[in-house]
Parts: sequence; structure tokens; C-alpha cells
Amino acid sequence: MPKILKYVFFDLIRSRWSIIYFLFYFITGLVLLYLGHDVSKAIVSLMNVTFILTPLIGTIFGVMNYYNSREFIELLLAQPIPRRRIFFGMYLGISLSLSLSLLTGMMLPFVFYGVFGSDHTMSLIILLLSGIFLTFIFTAISFYIALVNENRLKGFGVAILVWLFMSFIYDGVFLMLLLMFQEYPLEKFSIILSLLNPIDLSRILIMLQLDISALMGYTGAVFSKFFGNSSGMFLSFAALSLWTALPVALILKKSSKKDF
Amino acid sequence: MIEIKEIKKSFGRLEVLKGFDFSLSDGKITAVLGPNGSGKTTLIKSILGLVVPDTGEIRFQDKPIKNKWEYRNQIGYMPQIARFPENLRVAELIKLIEDVRGVAGKTERLIEMFELAPFLNKKLRQLSGGTRQKVNVLLTFMFDCPLYILDEPTSGLDPIALIRLKDLISAKKAEGKTFLITTHIMSLVEEIADELVFLLEGKIYFHGTFEEMMQSHKEDNLERAIAKILEENA
Repeated sequence: MPKILKYVFFDLIRSRWSIIYFLFYFITGLVLLYLGHDVSKAIVSLMNVTFILTPLIGTIFGVMNYYNSREFIELLLAQPIPRRRIFFGMYLGISLSLSLSLLTGMMLPFVFYGVFGSDHTMSLIILLLSGIFLTFIFTAISFYIALVNENRLKGFGVAILVWLFMSFIYDGVFLMLLLMFQEYPLEKFSIILSLLNPIDLSRILIMLQLDISALMGYTGAVFSKFFGNSSGMFLSFAALSLWTALPVALILKKSSKKDF
Repeated sequence: MIEIKEIKKSFGRLEVLKGFDFSLSDGKITAVLGPNGSGKTTLIKSILGLVVPDTGEIRFQDKPIKNKWEYRNQIGYMPQIARFPENLRVAELIKLIEDVRGVAGKTERLIEMFELAPFLNKKLRQLSGGTRQKVNVLLTFMFDCPLYILDEPTSGLDPIALIRLKDLISAKKAEGKTFLITTHIMSLVEEIADELVFLLEGKIYFHGTFEEMMQSHKEDNLERAIAKILEENA
């Protein structure tokens, strides 16, 4: 597995898209910090960009890399190596190379600005951590979708739909449900719904860390009470880990049975 | 070396392999022929474990291959389409395959033979289709295997490279290696193959030598003999 990982990683990290992705975060971070001069605001703005872009890039790279490597996968499958090593290695290679672009691109501006060591360090770390989680989660989901769909157009479409659903539609439905059942106590319900969407979950984690949950009113208070304590934090990261492990397990299961 | 019994494979409602027995003769070059969609690729992929047959058994060196992967270090496989990770260099790709197989390949003579030295430090995306196909040949033959499976090996090769490939195949055969080759180029088959397997609609229509094929169809040319089979079964 590390053999495959290594080469997929080197292949991707050298592609110009990785560099563009790095530069995007790097420049955005610099602009937000040096023009705004407000670290909290910069983190919130970066968060809004990250939580849309990271899942999207993970989705696109997961699907594209699988389809582009289709013939090379066949060559690897004909080698004396178990299937799970090929697919797990490929998946980790994609996720790690994207995470590296994200990590360096986002962290460097803050290092230059001298944020590390200040009160905002923790918020930044949580932002980076959730960005990396989202990369791993959405790469796994889209890689799985590509594995299931031989038709490239369909695979690409389904993967983008999943991203669209998680990024935008889910929140709308969430809000509608809250409005429809506003007479009932909804604390537990809304916490469960948040745990079921990794993007929402990451957003809440940052909001709480930045201590702006008051902006969310009553729900914010509930979340603050739940997620603010250490067991809430633990549960959130457990949920994110589960969100990563589940599609990876599906990838391994599907790839062990598939005809190529 | 390979024994196949009652192998069947369907994709959805499409029955591609309809149950046949087949055994590959050791130390010979066997050409698998047949029209598009006759099951050539599925047969090869089943042997390599890329496709899992619905029923039937495939044995390699007297052991069933189902759910096994170790046996593949005895097989050199050359896929039809040579597409590799674009941003890797040729030398890195060679290293990757060596790493995966856990053996160092014998590359020097092949690099010389196919004049690949100037390309070793180039990225694969900078290579022409023909050069990539030469890399494909190199990756296949740099390991010493008792069995080589070549899927349309001539596509994209220039005449010189093609002659070198034929020489390479002959040399390996002289060492006692076994070959399974699919191709549409009849002249290649006539030139190098010892045995023919003709697949038609998922079954083996014919398995034997040239002479047997020509005699049974009363033609003196392989292309015509095959055209005749196809017409008779249209």
C-alpha cells in the first residue's frame, strides 16, 4: 500500500492543479489577513471558502483521478498485489496530496502574519483539521461513486450532486424541518442532524471555537452546551472519523468484488 | 500451465463467456482471435483475476486462482492501452512496478533495444503514443516470467519497434516461455503463433494449429479462413 500511495502522491503533487489549489488558499489567506487586519474575521471568511471548496475539490479529484487512472489500475491489478492495497493506496495518495496543498496554503499566511502562539491558534488548528477531514471524507465518497459507476458522466454527475446536497440543500431542508416542528423541543434532533452532515459539523466546531455561537441564538446556546464541553468535541471528531471510515470501507468492499 | 473448466461470465444480461474448457500449451505461442465482443478480453482478464467468472474454475500451475494474487508474479501482462500517471517520469514508473513486484527488472537491454534512454527522465505526459507503448513493452518484459499475456501488443508501434518486439517474443519463446496473445493483425499471427484459439460468441469455435485450421476450412490463407467462419456463422 505505501508503494502505491507514494507514487500517486508524487504524481498528483506535481500536477499544476495542486499548485493552483495551494496558491488559491495562500493568496486568499494573505489578502484576508493583510487587508482586513482582523484574525477572527479572516478565519470566518476562510472557513466559508474552505467548507465549500474543500469538499468540491475532494469530489472532483476523487472522481477524475479514478477515471483517469482506469487503464493504469488495470495494469496494477495484473501485478502480484492484493486489490485493497491498490485502492487504499490510491485513495490515501489523493487525499494526502490535496491535504498538503490545503495545509501549507492556508497555514503559511498565518505564520507570516504571526498568528501562531496567539489566542487564535486553536481556531486555526480546528479549521485546518476540519478542512483535512472534509478532504478525506469527500475524496472517499467520490472515489466510491466513481468505482460504482462505469459511466464517467454519470459518476461525475452523482458525485457533484452529493456535494451540492451536503453543501447547500441539506441546510435548507434542516431549516425547513426546524420551522415545521418549531412547537416541539428540537435540541436533540438538531444536534443529530448536524452530526449527520460533516460540513455542518465542521462549521459548528469553528463557530464554537471562535465563540460566536451567540449569533445563532437559542440553537447556538444548545450547541454551545453540547459541543462546547470535551465530550461534545470528542463526539464531533468521532463523527468525522466515522464519516471518513464508512466510505473507505465501502471502497474496499466494492473493489474486492468488482470486475475490471 | 493454465487450465480452464466450464468458465461462464455475464455482465448484466449479456452473456460474454458461455462455458468452455481451455488449456494453454506450455512453451508455445497461442493467439486468441475472434471478432469484437467475442470474449477475448474477458478471457484474458479472467486469467489475470481482473474479472471474476460466475462459474467454472481457472487453474494456474495446477492451483486454483480464485481470491489469490501471488500467482501473478509468474505472469507478465501487457495491456492494450498504455496510459500511465502523467506526472511520473519513465524511470519512476519502472521503479514503481519493480517496487510492486518486489523484484528488480532487467531493463538495460530493453532500453537499448527500444531506444528509450533519452526518455527515462521525461514525464509520461510528454511521451508520444508510440513511445508509451514501448514503455509498456519494457514494463512487461523486464521481469522473467513463465507466462506472458499480451493484449494487442502491436498497436501504435513503428515498424522497427515491431520487428524488435517480434525478435523479443521469439527469444523468450526459445527460453521456453509461454505466450497468450490477442491481436487483429493476421500477418503477426501467421508469423509467430503456434496455436490458434478462435472465439465466437463466448465459445471456443476452434483450437488447434494453423494447418488444422486451413485444412478444415479449405483455404490457404488465414484471413480468408476466418472470414469464411464468420460468414458461415452470420
